[in-house]
Amino acid sequence: MIIRIMGEGQYRVPDSLIDELNRIDNRIVEHVSAGAEREFRQDLDRLIETIKQKGTALPAEEIVESQVIVPPSDMSLEEAKKVFNGPGLIED
Amino acid sequence: MGLLDRMGTVVKAKMNKIINKVEDPRETLDYSYEKQLELLQNVRRGLAEVTTSKKRLELQKAKLMQSMDKLGAQAGDAVKAGRDDLARVALERKVALGAQVESLELQIQDLQKEQDKLAATEQRLTTKIEVFRTKKETIKAQYSAAEAQVKVTESVTGISEEMADVGMAVQRAEEKTEGMKARSAALDELLEQGSLEDVTGSGDDIDRELNRMKASSGVEDELVRLKREAGR
Repeated sequence: MIIRIMGEGQYRVPDSLIDELNRIDNRIVEHVSAGAEREFRQDLDRLIETIKQKGTALPAEEIVESQVIVPPSDMSLEEAKKVFNGPGLIED
Repeated sequence: MGLLDRMGTVVKAKMNKIINKVEDPRETLDYSYEKQLELLQNVRRGLAEVTTSKKRLELQKAKLMQSMDKLGAQAGDAVKAGRDDLARVALERKVALGAQVESLELQIQDLQKEQDKLAATEQRLTTKIEVFRTKKETIKAQYSAAEAQVKVTESVTGISEEMADVGMAVQRAEEKTEGMKARSAALDELLEQGSLEDVTGSGDDIDRELNRMKASSGVEDELVRLKREAGR
């Protein structure tokens, strides 16, 4: 499975990782709706760390589509809210 | 729906805007290639912006530290002259400047990270564009318009995702430097006026009172130290 971490590039990770990532993703959704900034930060960091640790960076020469897209590590809670409710990370 | 799914949707929407479907798929390749080169220019401009902003903040930091040294020396002179009141004023200003230096350091670190990230992005994109160019020429040489369709979709989709990502990264970097520019212009103005009170303008009454107490205890400590040095 190919995962893109926005602003950092793509990683190839074992398919088995998806359950773990989904669990973290679900927690992130809860943190966003609860407005829990610190917990949101922690789990977003954890999500990105897990991918980097268990995956390998894709060489720059490879041009492929990703199955999963992870927001940038410095995304704020406010930006995350926009991704859920509004125009996305950045307005056109 | 999770954040990852939503993020995927956001990027897909960007990609669809980037991919310009024209009748001859081989033209799609050329169009995409042109857009990639434009994007690379944007990344380079963004990188230059971030570097300039960082240098500006470093310069301000150096100026502030010079002023702090000067205020420290003035406080020492004031104590020697028996003017504790003057020394206190100088030390109070020195503490205020110290807080500014700390905040500048954080911003400089932030910009350094941004600079590293954009530099890596520039390299990655340069490589991908080169790979794409080679692929594009091969496809154009070997396939008829109809045959090229599948190949084109493959390569264009992959590179468009990259472009959507890079495009957003550059935009975010620009927003960050814009925010810092405004703050650093405000700081320049205050430096010229020689007043640096409440530059951050944030914090509630309690915060302010706590900061004031912290600052004044630092001032008193240093005043005592200076007096001791002056043998008083």
